[in-house]
Amino acid sequence: MSAPAHKPPLSEVIAPGHTLTSVSEKITKIVLTRATPRGWYIGFGIAFLLVMVLLVSITKLLVSGIGVWGVNVPVGWGLAIINFVWWIGIGHAGTLISAILLLFRQQWRTSINRFAEAMTLFAVACAGIFPLLHVGRPWLAYWLVPYPNTMSLWPQFRSPLLWDVFAVSTYATVSALFWYVGLIPDLAALRDRAKSKPWKILYGIGAMGWRGAARHWERYETAYLLLAGLATPLVISVHTVVSLDFAVSVIPGWHATIFPPYFVAGAIYSGFAMVLTLAIPLRKIYGLQDFITLHHLQNMAKIVLATGMIVVYGYTMEAFFAWYSANPYEQAMLANRAFGYYGWTYWCLLGCNALTPQFLWFKKVRSNVVALFVIALIVNVGMWLERFVIVVTSLSHDYLPSSWDTYTPTKWDWGLYVGTFGLFLALLFLFIRFLPMISIFEMRTLVPSGVAEAAEKDEEHA
Amino acid sequence: MSAPHKHAHRCFGVLAEYTSGAELLEAIEHGKRAGYTKMEAYTPLPMHEVSHALGHENDLPKFVLAGGILGACTGFGMQYYAAVIHYPLNVGGRPLNSWPSFIPITFELTILFAALTTVLGMLALNGLPRPHHPVFSVPGFENASRDRFFLLVPHYDPKFDADGALAALRETRSLAVQEVPHP
Repeated sequence: MSAPAHKPPLSEVIAPGHTLTSVSEKITKIVLTRATPRGWYIGFGIAFLLVMVLLVSITKLLVSGIGVWGVNVPVGWGLAIINFVWWIGIGHAGTLISAILLLFRQQWRTSINRFAEAMTLFAVACAGIFPLLHVGRPWLAYWLVPYPNTMSLWPQFRSPLLWDVFAVSTYATVSALFWYVGLIPDLAALRDRAKSKPWKILYGIGAMGWRGAARHWERYETAYLLLAGLATPLVISVHTVVSLDFAVSVIPGWHATIFPPYFVAGAIYSGFAMVLTLAIPLRKIYGLQDFITLHHLQNMAKIVLATGMIVVYGYTMEAFFAWYSANPYEQAMLANRAFGYYGWTYWCLLGCNALTPQFLWFKKVRSNVVALFVIALIVNVGMWLERFVIVVTSLSHDYLPSSWDTYTPTKWDWGLYVGTFGLFLALLFLFIRFLPMISIFEMRTLVPSGVAEAAEKDEEHA
Repeated sequence: MSAPHKHAHRCFGVLAEYTSGAELLEAIEHGKRAGYTKMEAYTPLPMHEVSHALGHENDLPKFVLAGGILGACTGFGMQYYAAVIHYPLNVGGRPLNSWPSFIPITFELTILFAALTTVLGMLALNGLPRPHHPVFSVPGFENASRDRFFLLVPHYDPKFDADGALAALRETRSLAVQEVPHP
């Protein structure tokens, strides 16, 4: 994390004039001294109400059973699985920013990695709810874990669904570890700045007595890099395993070797769109334009464009394989996807995911914050539709006409989905209120004067 | 030997404060010339130069490698044991040890064990959690988490004697040199 030899001009990743002191003060103040903006209360209030919707939807489901959802034979994987894949995908951008961009020494990641990691954690929490409830009897979900039991049974290790259990729980654990390790020095900074005793104690517990010893930093940095190196293949494996849930089956439209890379690209695509969706209002409300500069937004827009093109390649190849395979079922799947009962979702998806990002080729659009925000929202919708097309269209229309049927989500399906937005936003609001949303110690490494001139800058500032 | 310093029995060490990493590095060199070998520095940001100057060693990667290997063996071992030894199930004569389908879980457990070893190992080697430490009682040390750099000559340094350390650190470009009381 110390300055690498080749780096972009720092003025692009942090506004000029900042020092060790000003960086630390500006970020800690948001948590410790600044009055909570009224918008925070309004936003948290709305999120809290949506959490209530989530709790009611879960209660209804547990009391009445899975029949309150629209799922039935043949579409057994309705909204629950769509939302699971969608949320997991969103989480992946956080890991990408925190781990992969760290390994590639992209310094611009520094100001966005903390809340992108928080986003990962909360998105995984939302994602986890769906398969847990989708098993039907969530109180028996522990059967998925290999534990010594009197039935003398093992879970099915040869099934992608069980791989998913291991992949997602490992991902959740490693994301939480990565996030917490990143927070330790900042919690120490908050502990040292907090005015009130209870907060000092709380932040102190979190900081675990961190005192910035050189010996500690040495191991800390090694640990941080190792975690990044471990998280990078992990994040790719998670969405690969998610895609194998589909690809290992024999349903037309699922049984395709392109699924793993195409899912991973889609995940990164939707995740970066979500980071943009969150970063644009946050930097405005909290006045963080110095730290999250236009340069950051433009870089993210470029990644959205690049991954969007990979996703479009995926759509094209799916269509090409269906035609080239000369397999009547695959060809029927393609025709049904485009012109069948759910045809409109496919065209909406292409509009959102293939057409909309093309505007990002223009620098004018990439520099327009409002346009970026709108495009990011449309991409999020598009990626949700993609999972809808994959899950519902294929299941509703497979081999035998006798087993074709449609699927319509009920209000409880939607309630659960909307409710997870509440959970996600409520956690995010609490996070930006009580923890530093930008990594303070990593921002210190960006102070242009670096090591040698920090003192003079300090004196100027003082 | 001179008479023991009057505070020697309750002095944890001597702490000097600097406004920049460059001054801290100079002070470390100065301290090394004075014969101190167990110095510790406190900085608001990670600085490789400082830990190089202090000659710190770092065993963490070895532990992580061991953790990863243990995870891989656990993952594959568990699945092999379940499928081949404990509950063999003949499905159309297919091999019991269907190792390709055991790879994903083996991989996930490798990562999980390695990541847990990384974090727990880092904390254990650093001696954390340790909510209190004598340096915290020095006024101004709270700025070690903001913009100040500190150098400590601890009492367990073989060359340590409080007066000598105070004098040696006062020769550097420090803002303040203070004794750290022993709790």
